Amino acid sequence: MSHIPTKDEVCQPENMVYSRTCLLTDNALSYCPGCGHGTAHRLIMEVIEEMNLQADTIGVAPVGCSVLAYDFMNIDMQQAAHGRAPAVATGIKRLYPDKFVFTYQGDGDLAAIGTGETIHVCNRGENITVFFVNNGIYGMTGGQMAPTTLPGMKTATSPFGRDTETMGHPLKITELVAQLPGTYFVSRQAVHTPAHVRKAKKAIEKAIQYQKLNKGLSFVEIVSNCNSGWKMTPLESNKWMEENMFPYYPLGDIKVPK
Amino acid sequence: MATVKGEIIVNTERCKGCELCVPVCKEKTIAMSEILNNKGYHYATSINEDCNGCTNCAIVCPDGAITVYRVKLK
Repeated sequence: MSHIPTKDEVCQPENMVYSRTCLLTDNALSYCPGCGHGTAHRLIMEVIEEMNLQADTIGVAPVGCSVLAYDFMNIDMQQAAHGRAPAVATGIKRLYPDKFVFTYQGDGDLAAIGTGETIHVCNRGENITVFFVNNGIYGMTGGQMAPTTLPGMKTATSPFGRDTETMGHPLKITELVAQLPGTYFVSRQAVHTPAHVRKAKKAIEKAIQYQKLNKGLSFVEIVSNCNSGWKMTPLESNKWMEENMFPYYPLGDIKVPK
Repeated sequence: MATVKGEIIVNTERCKGCELCVPVCKEKTIAMSEILNNKGYHYATSINEDCNGCTNCAIVCPDGAITVYRVKLK
């Protein structure tokens, strides 16, 4: 215990225990500071790297903040129209059944304009993986109310809070698709603390493995913050998310294979 | 006496100063810098020698700005 290594001695390549995966490009992420999208991107790319699927993966990102994924995920990606990523992914998977195909969608995309595509792709049990980032708001377009916005939550288009009598109730689309026979694995996770990140990574690993086994559709929701849209600091928004989002969107596996 | 020694290297130009890494560091090694990076953010920086290389900061960092190193002390 006589010699305490210096910083230069510790910071050698052989001592590295964690660094950003090479499947994320060198472009600086253009998401807002503290946004869960960055962590979600990194987890998906880490799992793809660990499973050595880089050459066999095709991602589909539609419209919303998720559209920016093309710039950061260093894999083959395909653009889809707003909400239509599951339909495009269906076509890709049927043409290339050996490829790993996933969609990466936000709540305004998957649960609003793309509800039809989402429910039917789950009902058909297409052998794809859907990653759904739920932050309860339309982040990219300036914080408008989304189907997943909580009751009483103030947004640009519900300035007095979401009134469930006139604006309806938040849509629990993950519970909805879990009831369909086509889905094989449905889970809801979060990425704001180290423990949640580790659990989310395990769920993403399972979702990818089940697709390799041709078991049907895997659906992983990631409850995330949108600190810009919610008008909070990143730490405040994570606290608000724990206090308000998690009671309505409880974390955990919703449908697991028997 | 600690049996491991860790170090973090922050990519100061990728860091956006969201501060998510500060509360997850059990050793209170991370704080925000006084000075700004080129984008105008106070970036995360290591302020003491207590890091044990647990990687908590790196795995919550949305921007992947933190690289963690760890050695066992003999």
